[in-house]
Amino acid sequence: MPPENGVLLDLNDCSIQFGGLKAVDGFDLRMSKGELVGLIGPNGAGKTTVFNLITGVYQPTRGEMLLKGRRLNGLKTHRITALGIARTFQNIRLFSSLSVRDNVRSALHIHCSLGIWDVVWRGKRFAEREGWVQGRAGELLEIFGLAGVANEPATSLPYGMQRRLEIARALGTEPSLLLLDEPAAGMNPHEKRELMQLIEWVRERFGLTILLIEHDMSVVMGICRRILVLDYGVTIAEGSPEEIRRHPKVIEAYLGEAAS
Amino acid sequence: MSGARRAWMAVERFATASLVGRLAALAVTIAVLVVLDRALSRLLNPYVFRILMLCGINIVLAVSLNLINGFTGQFSIGHAGFMAIGGYAAAAMTTYWGPAALKAFAAVGLAGGIGTSMLFVLALLFGGLLAAAAGLLVGIPSLRLRGDYLAIVTLGFGEIIRVVILNLDFLGGARGFPGIPRYTNFFWVAFSGVVVVLVVRNLVSSAYGLAFRMVRDDETAAAAMGVDTTRFKVMAFVIGAFFAGIAGALFGHYLIYLHTNSFTFMKSFEIVIMVVLGGMGSIIGSVIAAILLTILPELLRSVQQYRMVFYSALLIVLMLTRPQGLFGSGTPFGLGRLWSKRREVRRAA
Amino acid sequence: MQEFAQQLLNGLSWGSIYALIALGYTMVYGVLRFINFAHGDVYMVGAFLAYYIAHAVGAGSHPSVAAAALVLLGSMVGCAILGVIIERAAYRPLRRQPRLTVLITAIGVSLLLENAGQLVFGADPKFFPQFIPGRNLSVGGVVVTSHQIVILGVSLLLMAGLHTFVMKTKTGMALRAVSFHREAASLMGIPTDRIISITFAVGSALAAAAGVLVGLSNPKIDPLMGLLPGLKAFVAAVLGGIGNIPGAMIGGLILGVAEVLVSGYISSTLRDAIAFGILIVILLTRPTGLLGRGQVEKV
Repeated sequence: MPPENGVLLDLNDCSIQFGGLKAVDGFDLRMSKGELVGLIGPNGAGKTTVFNLITGVYQPTRGEMLLKGRRLNGLKTHRITALGIARTFQNIRLFSSLSVRDNVRSALHIHCSLGIWDVVWRGKRFAEREGWVQGRAGELLEIFGLAGVANEPATSLPYGMQRRLEIARALGTEPSLLLLDEPAAGMNPHEKRELMQLIEWVRERFGLTILLIEHDMSVVMGICRRILVLDYGVTIAEGSPEEIRRHPKVIEAYLGEAAS
Repeated sequence: MSGARRAWMAVERFATASLVGRLAALAVTIAVLVVLDRALSRLLNPYVFRILMLCGINIVLAVSLNLINGFTGQFSIGHAGFMAIGGYAAAAMTTYWGPAALKAFAAVGLAGGIGTSMLFVLALLFGGLLAAAAGLLVGIPSLRLRGDYLAIVTLGFGEIIRVVILNLDFLGGARGFPGIPRYTNFFWVAFSGVVVVLVVRNLVSSAYGLAFRMVRDDETAAAAMGVDTTRFKVMAFVIGAFFAGIAGALFGHYLIYLHTNSFTFMKSFEIVIMVVLGGMGSIIGSVIAAILLTILPELLRSVQQYRMVFYSALLIVLMLTRPQGLFGSGTPFGLGRLWSKRREVRRAA
Repeated sequence: MQEFAQQLLNGLSWGSIYALIALGYTMVYGVLRFINFAHGDVYMVGAFLAYYIAHAVGAGSHPSVAAAALVLLGSMVGCAILGVIIERAAYRPLRRQPRLTVLITAIGVSLLLENAGQLVFGADPKFFPQFIPGRNLSVGGVVVTSHQIVILGVSLLLMAGLHTFVMKTKTGMALRAVSFHREAASLMGIPTDRIISITFAVGSALAAAAGVLVGLSNPKIDPLMGLLPGLKAFVAAVLGGIGNIPGAMIGGLILGVAEVLVSGYISSTLRDAIAFGILIVILLTRPTGLLGRGQVEKV
């Protein structure tokens, strides 16, 4: 299938089964360049599983996944990252023994294009690449307001900053598609507002396409033009925030049978 | 410390700036080590000198195992197996092919010291490479297995290697391998030590080599950052095994006799204890722990029978009270500082 | 054929020793998810306890069923206490530490038992008192020793007892619940710490029984005797599927038979490599073991 103009990510009928459980069933999603799409649903609806499928952590039992027309099926996570997909994790997964700066540097590993001999020998090529990494890491730290804590251990940062660092780290890989898994979890209203601005801002600054999983309705409704709702692994609704808010199936899924 | 550190960095910048700098650094290192070699072998009494040599060999072992266990987070307790392969391979080379090789070197004008040095370098590399090949073989299960399982598989590999050697007649089998030429001197031990420390440090401190520690901290996140985790795990095993092989070759050509009893899993445990005591992921820690744990048994010689009891109790107490090891934090020359630095954030917003 | 039957019998009796040790590994792995490296040394302590008890009651010079039972029970109780102490002192404080820390501690405990053993018991091998007279029975050309009958009988009895304990009693049910999901079991009001202690006690008692039985057939005992059998019994546990009790029994028997056959028909020096060979093959091809269940890692 040739890539259609402007389509970045194309998921067709993606499904995965764990034993008898259909965690995700017949999931379709087509994202245009620059879009910010929200993915919501009750706990255990399969949202994170969608991320794990896209990033190659799990392989779909059925369906096809394309990024810029290139098939993602069967690729390992690190290959998919190299193709331009980065993610954050629901339960923040920073490298706990590394400093804030090294966490950002860790994302630049992918651009080193060095061999083991370069690294051991430390020749010109190494100095040039390593210098670039230092510079780039500094820039990212500056942009995300983390320069002041660059040498602190990453896990000693306050929660909100850890989330920010995780986004900075994901951007270090220079993705075209960013997957954010509940970035507002555990944040206070003030932090949430800041986060929303940050997401909007990085989308423009880095020309990103973003898929966002979020529990907090105010965040999703506030920044996403298009929202998908998953329940029991199936897409039950798709549309603008207004449409989603009024969708009877969504209300049922969130409030239970009693409300309907 | 920061003054010394700055000076060291200046030296290093000069040494890596150009080929001339590099050659100069190499020449200076060799010259210093040769002088030390001559001086120490004459000044020190044979007993102290022997301990010094064993310290050096243990440093090579501990630092190389630290790459696998400390920096990459794989748990290998079969390092003695790699050491055995290197030791026996190099010994076989110098004993069986050595005379012919020396004659050939002499024929092209490389007689005497230079010829034996060349032969020994080749033997060291041969031992290292063969061990590295075994490391590749052991590294492959590490892709699938974690923690305890990997530990027991590496232990199993180590034992299999030992049993296989025991059954190889040309390596002496149960009688041991006698008559190895004594090529190991202070120079080669120290030089290997310097090389292993530099190589491991260069690997783990670069942005490229951050991948080792990323794999240790969180494999899933590492893969999401574009790290080929498979590659780095296997690489850690191959490089670690290579240096263990070199250590084995040094060991064999120092004792001039090899027996598989030197390479049981007790030896592997010993190396693990050095790494743990020094601190997982601290190079300087491994170096210091290797020295301590080589000297300590000698000091405890008078209470020989309590020695191992003391050792094992030490290990347990260490785990219960300070699992990050003695030198897990704040060490000079940026060699460590990696494992547990739990300072409060002072300037956090 | 006759020779093969003989080897098979020898293998089974040797394998039931492995099986008894493997049970302890598998049970501890079930509740704590870690390899108790010191388990093999508990087996060694069991043999030595039996040695001293047998001497104290004069079982060697005046063999009787009562004396034999006393030796076996005494050693089992002693090791059960030892197992509980080890868990309390060395493993419990590390419950929330990384598994690597616990693993290294276990290695430390193992080394401590071996070296303290050398200090207390002496490094030289001791001769295990033969409190069960050795007689040979010939069944169709196959020689069955009285020791083999005792080994097979006692281990069968213990395994049946364990099975009943785990499947039929309330404590057994709690044990299964803890190994299914420790946190959930704890939330359901199961005293997990006590169950873990009981697991160590039972596992260690079984290892002690193995130590007593092995003393009967291989009467030379020394403080390092637990090292290799311990590791091999672990292999047996993995072979059967770690955490799985019937698996440990089957794994032990298979390993014992395999070892005896290899040393009988191929080479006795290769005997010690067989277990590790099996381990590597099984971990690479079927890491869950023969009877184990797989599980998906959560991201």
